[in-house]
Amino acid sequence: MAHSNDEILAGLVEIINEETSLPAETIELGKSLQDDLDIDSLSMLTIMTDAEKKFGMRFDDNASSTLNTVGDVVEYIAKTQA
Amino acid sequence: MTSKIVVTGLGATTPIGGDVASTWAALLAGESGISTLEFEWVARHQLPVTFAGQAKVPAKDTLSHKESKRLDPSSQFALVAAREAWADAGAPDVAPERIAVEFSTGIGGVWTLLDAYDSLNQGEARHISPMTVPMLMPNGPAAAIGMDISARGGIRTTVSACASSTEAIANAITRLRSGDIDVVVAGGCEAAIHPLPIAAFASMHALSRRNDDPTTASRPYDINRDGFVMGEGGAAIVLELEEHALARGAKIYAELAGGGVTSDAYHITAPDPEGSGAARAMLQAIEMAGAKPTDVMHINAHATSTAVGDIAEYNAMKKVFGDHLANIPVTGTKSATGHLLGGTGAIEAIFVILALHHRVLPPTINLFDQDPAIPLDVVTKPRPIPAGPALAISNSFGFGGHNAVVAFRSYEG
Repeated sequence: MAHSNDEILAGLVEIINEETSLPAETIELGKSLQDDLDIDSLSMLTIMTDAEKKFGMRFDDNASSTLNTVGDVVEYIAKTQA
Repeated sequence: MTSKIVVTGLGATTPIGGDVASTWAALLAGESGISTLEFEWVARHQLPVTFAGQAKVPAKDTLSHKESKRLDPSSQFALVAAREAWADAGAPDVAPERIAVEFSTGIGGVWTLLDAYDSLNQGEARHISPMTVPMLMPNGPAAAIGMDISARGGIRTTVSACASSTEAIANAITRLRSGDIDVVVAGGCEAAIHPLPIAAFASMHALSRRNDDPTTASRPYDINRDGFVMGEGGAAIVLELEEHALARGAKIYAELAGGGVTSDAYHITAPDPEGSGAARAMLQAIEMAGAKPTDVMHINAHATSTAVGDIAEYNAMKKVFGDHLANIPVTGTKSATGHLLGGTGAIEAIFVILALHHRVLPPTINLFDQDPAIPLDVVTKPRPIPAGPALAISNSFGFGGHNAVVAFRSYEG
């Protein structure tokens, strides 16, 4: 069953919080993963791996280059799971 | 005249203490760091050995969430120990290009590797953590330390099983004498209290099976010794040339006076019963110290508490010291800490350094009935070191026929 965008965001916040220890309330849709949340490439790959497991979807091999904000990741997951 | 190399910082996390001060106090008090493993996997895998020397203070207690998540337990111990040593040395203000790291492990990130393999067996390759490689590589601990203190003069990991971290300290001598480096952080770590290494060491009959009495299981030189006890943790020392240390007003614990590294090329696990390679390593370290065997007044022996290992080391010591051996108080501190494998040489070096600094030899615990074939003067209670310059050595030997010895001298200023 497809997850709503709110469910995806909530799950993604959990994943990012676990990876980075950033407080959940600071992880918002418009935040830049690299500039605002200081997520490096290895952390980004870890987050994507965890998201694949959580949402039962797959990122394309070059997906990370198109994912700049938290919102981009939510949209990608929403689109891909459908 | 060759410049002296001095020890200016110490750090450790061990089965008997979360830092150097508590570890040293527990060692002098004769405490054991060995306990029963309270994990479900012990019964699930029917492990024949159910105890080990677990770190007294979990590394996670002092590291950030991100550090704990991104570092294998072996690297976590390394970072805890190195940070303490670096702070103890006064966080030397040195150009990064002139700081080097020589930090070992015997086994590497075994938890990371085997957890990842478990994940792989349960799912797909793409679900393996992207952090797996940097966490499992044996140079991971050294790299973590190097990043933490901005060491850009070269970060190196010597792997020679249980001789690894003694060899790392010996390597630091060359680095400092090259003139290219001002400060070296040297040491080692291990985090292998995992069912597979326990099963593997048990399978080669290397481990004590005294499951009903863990605290007395590690008993070097005892007639009833039945194998070594695995331990975990890390230890680091900060080394620099004497003039560099004096110029920055650092406190000096002792002099690293010499190091010797040799190999047996005899058998993959058994020590050469003649002890020739081990004897050569001891002689090299003593000669580099500008001394002779009769100058040595203390030995922190490798003394793992295995039947063959303890006697082979005794034979090697007899070769080097002859009749003088009877005058040398010997300590086997693995009786208290267990065997930290790739970290063991570093923690034992710290015990020698502190013995010289505080002028007291730490005890060997659990010597109930000394093996008559090993008539050493074993220190069983803290024993004062008589006044005057004192030279002591620390021995480490590893599977693969590796022999490494370092010599420390009391620092008189």
